[in-house]
Amino acid sequence: MNNADIENIEISLLLEAIYERYGHDFRHYARASISRRIRQFLNNASGCASISEMIPKVLHDESFFERLINNFSIPVTEMFRDPLVYRSIRQKIVPLLKTYPFVRIWHAGCATGEEVYSMAILLKEEGLYDRATIFATDFNDVALSKAKEGIYAVDSIKQFTGNYQQSGGSASFSEYYHARYDSIAIQHSLKRNITFANHNLATDGVFGEMHLIMCRNVLIYLDSALQSRVANLFGESLTYGGFLCLGTKETLDFTDGGKHFKVIDEPARIYQKKAAGFAP
Amino acid sequence: MRQPTAESESAGGVAPRGRYRAIVIGGSAGGMKALLTVLSRLHEGFQSPIIVVLHVHPTESGYLAEHLGERCGLPVKEALDKEPAQAGVVYVAPPGYHLLVEREETLALSADEPVRFARPSIDVLFESAAHVWSWRLIGVILSGANSDGAYGISQIRKFGGLTIAQDPTTAEYPVMPQSAVDTASVAKILSPEEIGGFLGGMNCSTK
Ligand SMILES: C[S@@+](CC[C@H](N)C(=O)[O-])C[C@H]1O[C@@H](n2cnc3c(N)ncnc32)[C@H](O)[C@@H]1O
Repeated sequence: MNNADIENIEISLLLEAIYERYGHDFRHYARASISRRIRQFLNNASGCASISEMIPKVLHDESFFERLINNFSIPVTEMFRDPLVYRSIRQKIVPLLKTYPFVRIWHAGCATGEEVYSMAILLKEEGLYDRATIFATDFNDVALSKAKEGIYAVDSIKQFTGNYQQSGGSASFSEYYHARYDSIAIQHSLKRNITFANHNLATDGVFGEMHLIMCRNVLIYLDSALQSRVANLFGESLTYGGFLCLGTKETLDFTDGGKHFKVIDEPARIYQKKAAGFAP
Repeated sequence: MRQPTAESESAGGVAPRGRYRAIVIGGSAGGMKALLTVLSRLHEGFQSPIIVVLHVHPTESGYLAEHLGERCGLPVKEALDKEPAQAGVVYVAPPGYHLLVEREETLALSADEPVRFARPSIDVLFESAAHVWSWRLIGVILSGANSDGAYGISQIRKFGGLTIAQDPTTAEYPVMPQSAVDTASVAKILSPEEIGGFLGGMNCSTK
């Protein structure tokens, strides 16, 4: 057994301690990435000499635990990230959404909200916003409260605007925010139909009868067992014919959660829930 | 034990057969050309996966794998999350994502923030690969204008893997290989041709 194997045992024990003590389940997160973040925390902020030494601190010191798990959520995001995906949503999903009297959309792992407001803008431009209800969830409360505020650094505006234009946006992007001194604030009218809530994909349940679920760049943080759980959760949360959109580098191919879905647009990672009775 | 062809292959010698399970390669500015030289000396049926992080502009997604694939004898593909790392295949990190390796020898992507301005980061790939393959890993740093990879190469060394840097005098941009060399963790300093010859020495069946 080499040092890497020993470290892996330490990490399993640490994650087990976190789960038993606080109910936060990171045992099925993609190991390589969470190991990196634990190592980073160990070296920069823990005051401990080894991962094993962090275990008693996690058990007895709640603030230590909170600082540690802050490192486990990576709320890195942008508006209209991967613009071509939004173009595809406009072309392939919106026409079907228009056939419903009301539309329910769930952003799972919404981070600081940029993706949610991008969707709100898209729906507005497609004339769907008024009959839409958007649920935006994450397990990171700090990110959620930023999402609710909808205030972003002014230097991100250039990127957001560029993305918006490439996504097939038909207006001037500046209509959607108020510029402040060094930040921008999302238009109030875009927030009206959005509900932000804490939801943990690893431990919480089904989320209503959705027509579209956006879960982008979240599954890559999970191992294939947990990915399957989440894919099943999405299967159960969607109406028949409802859509699931993943991150552009994510796939259901390496989990058994894919059986509920058929591919609608491969590069944009848009899937559709198969109809009842559809042979798996 | 020396391969009979060691001297004639190249001045860098050849890697002993069977010992190494995987190769990781990092490069930046000028790295593409060096990488093509290295890969051109490896042939179909190569005995280990080759996992590459090359810094390119984020909008060139997809282009990198295609460009390399057209110019070398091994299959080249952009890494997918959870995909098993197969022998004889060259995997490149998609622009905008870190590429890591899991203990069960599958590839993993992450959208974590850039590490020292780089995403994909060579350090992130090398560190995770070192934890998986330890002494059975070869790490190679090619031309580049920043010092990404220096930490990663020292991690590979720490776990007993073999570390190689492109000879900075042969590099279009010497900063990256020089930074690796400066960590005192580099075992071999070779030209791209020699690196290709050395790795090509692994390209024999494990019988
Ligand atoms: C990289 S961000 C993706 C943000 C956005 N969807 C995008 O693609 O730009 C990943 C988010 O997933 C959230 N997340 C990770 N694990 C989660 C879980 N078990 N339940 C809910 N959210 C989770 C993190 O807190 C983080 O905000």
